[in-house]
Amino acid sequence: MEIINTATPSSNIVKSNSKLINTKRKTKEKLIYIFLGLATAITLGFLFWLVGYIIINGILHIDLIYLMPAIVTTIYMVLIGLGIAVPIGVGAAIYLQEYATEGKFVKVIRFATECLTAVPSILFGLFGMLFFVTTLKMSWSLLAGGLTVSIMILPTVVKTTEEALKTVPISYREASLALGANKIMTILKVVLPSSIPGILAGIVLSMGRIIGETAAIYLTAGTVFGFPDSIMNSGRTLSVHLYILAKEGVSLSEAYGAAVVLLIIILSLNCLSYFIATKMKKLK
Amino acid sequence: MNEIIKINALNFYYGDFKALNNINLDVFKNEVLSFIGPSGCGKSTLLRILNRMSDLAADNRVEGEVKFKGEDIFKLDAIELRKKVGMVFQKPNPFPMSIYDNIAYGPRMQGIKKKAELDEIVESSLKAAAIWEEVKDKLKKSAIGVSGGQQQRLCIARSIAIKPEILLMDEPTSALDPISTLKIEDLINEIKQEYTIVIVTHNMQQAARISDRTAFFLLGDLIEIGNTDKMFSMPQKKKTEEYITGRFG
Amino acid sequence: MEKTMKNIFWLCAGLTVMCILFIGGFILIKGIPFFSHTNLIEFLFGQHWMPSGEIFGIYPMLVASFYATLGSITVGIIIGISTAIVITQILPTRLADMCSKTIDLLAGIPSIIYGFFGLMVIVPILEKHFGGKGGGLSLLAVIIILSFMILPTIIRMTEVSLRAVPNEFKEGAYALGATRLQYIFKVQLKAAKSGILAGIILAIGRALGETMAVMLVAGNTPLIPSSIIDPVRTITANIAMEMAYAAGVHQQALFATGLILFVIIISINICMQLLIKKLERR
Repeated sequence: MEIINTATPSSNIVKSNSKLINTKRKTKEKLIYIFLGLATAITLGFLFWLVGYIIINGILHIDLIYLMPAIVTTIYMVLIGLGIAVPIGVGAAIYLQEYATEGKFVKVIRFATECLTAVPSILFGLFGMLFFVTTLKMSWSLLAGGLTVSIMILPTVVKTTEEALKTVPISYREASLALGANKIMTILKVVLPSSIPGILAGIVLSMGRIIGETAAIYLTAGTVFGFPDSIMNSGRTLSVHLYILAKEGVSLSEAYGAAVVLLIIILSLNCLSYFIATKMKKLK
Repeated sequence: MNEIIKINALNFYYGDFKALNNINLDVFKNEVLSFIGPSGCGKSTLLRILNRMSDLAADNRVEGEVKFKGEDIFKLDAIELRKKVGMVFQKPNPFPMSIYDNIAYGPRMQGIKKKAELDEIVESSLKAAAIWEEVKDKLKKSAIGVSGGQQQRLCIARSIAIKPEILLMDEPTSALDPISTLKIEDLINEIKQEYTIVIVTHNMQQAARISDRTAFFLLGDLIEIGNTDKMFSMPQKKKTEEYITGRFG
Repeated sequence: MEKTMKNIFWLCAGLTVMCILFIGGFILIKGIPFFSHTNLIEFLFGQHWMPSGEIFGIYPMLVASFYATLGSITVGIIIGISTAIVITQILPTRLADMCSKTIDLLAGIPSIIYGFFGLMVIVPILEKHFGGKGGGLSLLAVIIILSFMILPTIIRMTEVSLRAVPNEFKEGAYALGATRLQYIFKVQLKAAKSGILAGIILAIGRALGETMAVMLVAGNTPLIPSSIIDPVRTITANIAMEMAYAAGVHQQALFATGLILFVIIISINICMQLLIKKLERR
């Protein structure tokens, strides 16, 4: 049989043969290591290049007074978007996590959220324009934009809240119920408060998405550059502003300035979200 | 008798913790040697040094000498050493791929590509591990799908497929039911004609049933080594006697 | 009180479902009437997009989107998986931690910034070296910025799935005399494939759906590209560019374009979800 192994040392020919295979293997592995290292260098190199380029070219062109209308519009957009999506999203997550039993309805909801996550923002924009702007006659306005982005971030809010609720130990719930609290009291007084950091991390993430969003807002909130008087006015967020400056190609220094402000806001939000998440882990 | 492994004055540390203390031990060709002793006595650590799986542990340090067929294993290429010194683990660990691919994994790594050759190795290895009849119709099925005992025999077949000279077994039956355990023990009895087997076991009856010699470890020291029959009937050291009669451990 | 609150939560969950049904339904209703003007086959395979002449064929855009997604996913998979391997398997823990945090941090950079960077930096470089009809605005520029845009997603998901592979597989492979690379490529990646695939789906969605960044560097001519340095117009750009001023049949044609994009994205997702389920079951 093949497997019978004579333990005598292999002949010299076999030995030198296996050495040859060895060096061949080692060269091959070295090449793979070089390739892997190169790929990593490209990834990190590109990302640093991008951030460095924007900051170096933009840092001297930051003009917050000029950018103020865009910043204010962005804040409005975030407030409207979160104001609508957070209550609904948290409510949906509570239902899924605390009430629903795995059944058809839950499956449908999960499938719907999966799909919502996959839908590209341009389609939200198209929908927002068809429905809010045209059908509901809101015209291009902060409200139409805010409603559109609120639908866009809804799945993120639901998902992160669900994850946060999952981390609350069952013993908390049992303790509360054993003290005579009913289910709703348990949820509002025990479960929700202990999952707040997780929910917050999700909210910060969604904030980043709204601030960075261009396509959906461009189609629903319009491009008027100025301080909006009411939420029925059209407005231009920072991202849309950057897009328009870049497309026009006239005032590039302003574009760099807008880009660097946008970048700094997003990076600080990500740091904040990371900070909250770490804190949450420590609490556990 | 010719010794295939010679261990001289071996010390092993995990960080500051000394896990093995001045071990001197020989493994003879074609014997079944079992390592027994209470948890944390260093028997698994020693086993894992023999094919240098110990390299994977963070912050480890070795002193002393281990020779495999006259060559210092710490000077050999670890990869080449492991092809000669195979290992079977406590928990069956077939890869998440088909039964065939699991067995062919090692040979393929060594550059064997011809299907006919691979087919033959797979068949002979599975036969040697006494599992061919059970799986020959589902070679393309996932190895995760078979029972725990079968998985362990697959893992033995997978080791056999690279034609090692020594098989190290780290409590190979501790995760299995009694019937599967018996099958593995029978298998060990069969394959010991062709391999040298070093087995770590918690189960003293198992050591008595299958091994030619037994080594007893305690707190990093080798207390006693000798013929299994002799050791179980009249141990030389008091500690050994206490352990095998079940007074501690 | 108890009952009311439960109903409120149920309503929230229901609203989430309603959103997707409503969006899908609305785009469907608004898109369908267009097909009485141009039938589906002509629309999908028509080579010309001339709104002024009421000729609507989105084939060039489908081709452009397909190439752009395929190209960026290929680059993204090769570089992304390699990077994830280096981070999880090769670098020492602290350095790996730093790299992975940096990449996470950068994952949130808005796509418009990638587009802006592409326009200011990548496009001039391409123009200098390749020229091309669009002066650097090209399919290649789109592929480059999309590749880097989706990298963090692929790296993240690959990292997580590689780390989830049980240590026993590593021991098993090493005990058979596998080298580190043989273990990574022949065992670990195979064991982690369903997670990696999920990351790739997310990345495909992002690449296919990206609009504004692509619009800045694509050149946006609705012609079938004959080379990689030709300017192109993607499906998404087609909607965003003309929506602002389109009316009548032209506007309906854009709705229909959106409908096609919606159908493509949802079908890719469903197919891939099924594939992942199948992989996991095995």
